[in-house]
Amino acid sequence: MAATGFLLRSHLQDLLDALVAVGYRCVGPQVRDGAVCYDTLREAADLPWGWRDAQNPGTYRLRQTGGAYAFAWANGPQGLKPLLFAPRELLQTSIRAPDGGLRFAAPVASVGAMAVVGVRACDLAALRLLDQHFIGGFVPDPHYAARRADLFLIAVHCSHPAATCFCVSTGDGPRAEQGFDLALGETEAGFVVFAGSAAGAGLAERLPLRPAQAAEEAFVDAALADAVKAQTRSLPSRDLRAGLFGNLRHPRWEAVASRCLSCGNCTAVCPTCFCHGEGEEVAADGASSARYRQWDSCFTQEHSAIHGMVIRADTRQRYRQWLTHKLGSWHGQYGRSGCVGCGRCITWCPVGIDITEEAAAVCAGTP
Amino acid sequence: MRGDAMTEPQLLHEAVVIERIQESPVIFTLRLSFTDPELQAGYRFEPGQFNMVGLYGVGQSPISIVSDPQDERLLDHTIRGLGRVTLGLSRLAAGDRVGLRGPYGRGWPLAQAQGRDIVLITGGLGCAPAVSVIRYVLRRRERFGYLTILQGVKHADDLIWRRQYAQWSAFPDVHVGLAADVGAPGWFGVVGPVTALFDQAPIRAGSLVMMCGPEIMMRVVAAELVRRGIDENDMWLSMERNMHCATGLCGHCQIGPHFVCRDGPVFRYPELKALLGERGF
Repeated sequence: MAATGFLLRSHLQDLLDALVAVGYRCVGPQVRDGAVCYDTLREAADLPWGWRDAQNPGTYRLRQTGGAYAFAWANGPQGLKPLLFAPRELLQTSIRAPDGGLRFAAPVASVGAMAVVGVRACDLAALRLLDQHFIGGFVPDPHYAARRADLFLIAVHCSHPAATCFCVSTGDGPRAEQGFDLALGETEAGFVVFAGSAAGAGLAERLPLRPAQAAEEAFVDAALADAVKAQTRSLPSRDLRAGLFGNLRHPRWEAVASRCLSCGNCTAVCPTCFCHGEGEEVAADGASSARYRQWDSCFTQEHSAIHGMVIRADTRQRYRQWLTHKLGSWHGQYGRSGCVGCGRCITWCPVGIDITEEAAAVCAGTP
Repeated sequence: MRGDAMTEPQLLHEAVVIERIQESPVIFTLRLSFTDPELQAGYRFEPGQFNMVGLYGVGQSPISIVSDPQDERLLDHTIRGLGRVTLGLSRLAAGDRVGLRGPYGRGWPLAQAQGRDIVLITGGLGCAPAVSVIRYVLRRRERFGYLTILQGVKHADDLIWRRQYAQWSAFPDVHVGLAADVGAPGWFGVVGPVTALFDQAPIRAGSLVMMCGPEIMMRVVAAELVRRGIDENDMWLSMERNMHCATGLCGHCQIGPHFVCRDGPVFRYPELKALLGERGF
């Protein structure tokens, strides 16, 4: 992809201003509670300038290096998922009249156009999967659709993968290849800008870009090449259906279950996990009731409960469900694995269970 | 699906309980009708499909529709009172209101069954999805071949709808077989698993088989039927899973790659064969 131009670091605020000028609310990475999180972004100065991360199974630490880069870190616990598939969403209100009559309404929150700055390739891949799940089926989800409709995506090529990253092996990174409006490659002086859509090219015209120099483009390419080489983790294959479903009684499931706390952190940070539960909240006066959905996890007992029986009663079955779904059944549902190699489930697992290690052990066959 | 299905796919619509029928100590039927006459008149479903029935302030439960698809007035839902929602529904009486949305899912292959012998094998307590098929076929007797109904229960006392089985067996070209793992004084059926009925039943090659009940039972039955020359592709089964949304989104009802609410609840046996009865799926 040919560069559209070069944006000096001092002009990054112009990008945010241009987005606001055409009606977007900007969301971008910022350091909050000791992690890089996506939140409303007003000032380019609020980006994580100089911050670096250290991620390993079960650990995440940030440190300030004083460096010149805004995006020299790998993803924090969340990316695009909570921005589109809200952790909690009002689905329906019910009103009961004194005569017992019921009236129902299904409001869709109006969210307005949103621009997200700093999206990584793994999260763009996850977004394509969430799109398939939430709006690609025969009953599109109106809440996701509303948030997705006016989304402007500014990707950043991922130059500093964490030790837990393995997007190279899933084919999803570190370079943002598709699905963005603009992509940025960071250098010390600023950003090589690539337009990925007509809307992106239109926005680029509003920016004070100068032509990108060959050396700047080469620097971005070299940083990406280094990012590829830096990744040490990998999945054994991009299609593990046979290996997983052919080894449903592998002793490794028992072994991982003895470590797994069934806490659901992996499903909460996974950018493609879509399970959610619905529940009613009745008003104190009893005259109305609201039905909400919120993120759920296949690691809970309630997830598989049917009238007095739990399909997945133990952790072995729940971990096996998660892994066989994520790396196996997704192929039948959406044509590829549900894993984009972001490594979040490894970092945020309190006991440091490594999905790549577990998948490799199970798929290697009965020991 | 009713209403503005594309923009409000999960919206409930008010329905009224026209009649409540107690079928057994824990099983009851709610005869429902949308209060909006236009909605009621335009509602279409196939046997084997289900509705989400909403109890105000409590929740929603997937319930299969057992009335006849050509009955334009009433939608019958036979329910086992077990959970919070279904126990609450069991306390409703004529005139009470519920929320209703649907129909959802894939029903029984009744178009394919035309002109063929049908074997219906059920296990457990009151298999509502199967009752919808029996009634459908008996009302259109001339369109189908021989109807064999085989029901297995754990204990002889578990059998409900005794009278109905007797009525059904009086129809021409209908065979009814009942089996209980544990008999009881006065038990008129066979003592043993439902497969013990197979030798006496007219299960002929070319029959279309529909099943509903415990998954282990269905797995055993399917294997036995293959031995008896029934094509795997002619076996269909109705599955039950936790469901919240019924629109293929919430993820609770997945079995391998299948969303039971959307791809089922009725499946062709080969679609599920690998995971049927596999604990944890």
